[in-house]
Amino acid sequence: MAERTSVILGATSALGQAVARALASRDEALVLIARDARRLERVAADLRARGASVAVHTGDFDDLDTHASLLDAVGEADDYWLFYGTLPDQHACEQDWEATAAALHTNFTSAASLLTRIANRLEPRGSGCIVVVSSVAGDRGRGSNYVYGAAKGALSLFCQGLRNRLSKHGVQVTTIKPGFIDTPMTAGIEKKPAPLWATPERVAADMVRARDKGGDVKYTPWFWLPIMLIIKSVPERIFKRLSL
Amino acid sequence: MADYRSWGHARAASQVARVPAWADAPPGPGLLSEPPARGVSSLAYGQGRSYGDSCLNSDGELIDTRALDRFIDFDPSTGRLSAEPGVTLAQMLRLIVPAGWFLPVSPGTGHATLGGSIANDVHGKNHHADGCFGRFVERFVLQRSSGERLVCSADENAGLYRATIGGLGLTGLVLEATIRLLPIRSDRMAVRIDRFQGIEAFSALAAERRDTHRYTVAWLDCAAGGDAFARGVFLAANHVDKGGPLEPVPAGTRLTVPFAMPARFLNRHTIRAFNSAYFARHKSLHQRQISQHYQGFFYPLDAIDRWNRIYGTRGFHQYQFVVPPGAEAALSSILQRIVRSGMGSFLAVLKEFGDLPSPGMLSFPRPGLCLALDFADRGARTEALIRALDDEVRQAGGAAYPAKDRLMTAEAFRAYFPGVDAFTQYVDPRFSSDFWRRVNG
Repeated sequence: MAERTSVILGATSALGQAVARALASRDEALVLIARDARRLERVAADLRARGASVAVHTGDFDDLDTHASLLDAVGEADDYWLFYGTLPDQHACEQDWEATAAALHTNFTSAASLLTRIANRLEPRGSGCIVVVSSVAGDRGRGSNYVYGAAKGALSLFCQGLRNRLSKHGVQVTTIKPGFIDTPMTAGIEKKPAPLWATPERVAADMVRARDKGGDVKYTPWFWLPIMLIIKSVPERIFKRLSL
Repeated sequence: MADYRSWGHARAASQVARVPAWADAPPGPGLLSEPPARGVSSLAYGQGRSYGDSCLNSDGELIDTRALDRFIDFDPSTGRLSAEPGVTLAQMLRLIVPAGWFLPVSPGTGHATLGGSIANDVHGKNHHADGCFGRFVERFVLQRSSGERLVCSADENAGLYRATIGGLGLTGLVLEATIRLLPIRSDRMAVRIDRFQGIEAFSALAAERRDTHRYTVAWLDCAAGGDAFARGVFLAANHVDKGGPLEPVPAGTRLTVPFAMPARFLNRHTIRAFNSAYFARHKSLHQRQISQHYQGFFYPLDAIDRWNRIYGTRGFHQYQFVVPPGAEAALSSILQRIVRSGMGSFLAVLKEFGDLPSPGMLSFPRPGLCLALDFADRGARTEALIRALDDEVRQAGGAAYPAKDRLMTAEAFRAYFPGVDAFTQYVDPRFSSDFWRRVNG
C-alpha cells in the first residue's frame, strides 16, 4: 500500500510525466489528470509498467464548471501537482485580445479556480502539499513574452498568498520557477546558451526534493535564482530599453 | 535546435529535427503525414550512438525519438517487454533487473535506444550463443509515410519485419516494439580471464569457451608489434546462477569528459602506454575467475559520460569488420597494417561470431572473427588507412559494419550485403540517410 497519493494535474506534459516517474520510483500512488484520454492512457501504462499504482481521470482544465466534480471524482489525496499550461505566441497575443484572454484563462484563471478548491479540501484536513509550476518568466515583464509572464506572475502571487494562508493549517504550498526546459514543447527553439537548458528529469528531481523539504519558492535549476535576482534589480528606466 | 551529430562526431549539413511527444497520434493524419519541416526525407534519431553517418540526414529531417520513451507493458511472469523506440537499454535494465530479467543481447553501451538496437540489429558478447538483437524482437509497429501503421512480426508483414531489423531506419519509424528478455538470478557475472598472444591463441580460447560461456570477448593491443603482436585479454562470462542481488545501476554517471581534449593528448606514445598498462594490469588475473556487476562487464565505457570527447573536436572513426572462419591470416595481415600505421588507438575488441542467423536482411554479424577499433580523425591519413582496410576485408570475403561507418563505398556495400537487392523494395520512399545516399551513389 502506497504511503502517499499524488494528484498530477496536466499528467501528459513532459514535466508532469517526469515527476510522475520520479514519484512512481518511490512507490507513491498516482492519480493522473489530463484532457486527452488516449495520451493519458499511454502515460498511465508507462507508470504501471514501472510498478506504480495509477488511476486516471480525463478533464478539461479550461472548463471551470467541471473543476468541482473532477476533484470529487479524484477523492482524498495528499499532494497536488499543478503542471498544465500553454506557451502562447506572444506576437499573436499582441494582435488579438482573444488569444491573450485564452492564455490568461488557461495559465492563471483556471489554475486559480483549481487551487481555490484544492486549498479548501486540504485546509480542514490540516496536511498535504500543493506544488505549482510557475515560471521565471513571471518575475519580470518582458516585451518578448509578457502575456505568458503576466499569467505566471499572477500565479506566483496567488500561490504566495495561498501559502501565507495555508501555512497556519499545516498545508504546504511550493512554487516552482523553472527556467528553460528542453521538451517537445520547446523543440523549435534554439538551445542557446546550452548550459541554461535543463532536462525535464533534472527539473522533476528538484521539484520532488522541494516538496520533501518543505520548500516555499524553488528556482530550478538553482542558477536561475541569482540570474533572476540580477534581472529583477535592473532599474526600470534601463530595463525598458533592453530587448529581452 | 540542438546540434545533432553521430558518436564519432560526424555532422550533417543543414538538418532539421522535430521531437514528437506521442507515438499514438489519433487516427487520420499519422505522425509522418504532416509534411516534413524541410527537405524531402526523414530519419529517426535516438541517442546518436551510431558512430558514422547512418544516423544523419543532410538537407533532410530527423525525427528525434527521445520523448518517445515510454514503457507500454512489462510482464515479469513471461519476460516480455513492450516499449516506445526512444527508451534506452539502460532504462530497460533499471526496470527489468530487479524483476530477474536481463536484455537478451547487450551492445557495448546502455545508452543505445530500443529503436536503434533494432535498426542496427545490434550484437553483443553472446553472439556465438544467442545471435543478434533481432532474434528477440517479437513484433513491432511500423509507421510508414503512406500513413499506414503496420504490425510486423515473423508471421505478419514478414518482409517488412526482416527488412526493418538491421534496416538502418530506412523502412519507416518504429512506434513500439516487443522483445523477449533473458531470465537471470543475480546481477553478478562470473568472469574468467586469460591473457593470450596471437590470433591462433585467441581462436583456440574462443573454441574452448564457446560452449561453456554465454559471453566471450577479447581486448586486443593494436599498438604492439614484434614479440607482443596480437596480445590481448580474453574474457569469458556467465550470469551467476546462484540467487543473488538484483540491483541495477542508478541513472547518471559519476565522470564526464568536460570538453573535447586537445588532439595531441592522443599520440603513438600515450596509446602504446595505455595498451601496455591494460595488458599488464591483467597479469595477476591471468587464468583466474572474478565476480563482477553486469554494468562493469557489459558497459565499461558508460562509466565515463561523453568519452568520445577524448578524441578532440575532430572526432574519430570506428572501424568494425568481420572476416569469415578460416581467414585468420587475413585478420593477422589487417592487424599488422594497423600496428604499422601507428594509428590504432585504445583497446580493440575482438570477438568470435557464431552462426545463428538473424531475421534481418541487412544484418551485419555473420560467422567469423570480428574486430572493432577506433582511429582518431587525422583527415586524409585516416581515410586512406580505412580504405586500405576495407580492401583487405573485401578480399577476405568479410564485411564492415554500417553503424560504425562513414567511408564505405557503394561497391563495398553491395559486396558486404548481398541482401540489399531484396531489401531495397521495403525502403520507405520518404526515408533516407547520409549513409544510404552514399552507398547508393
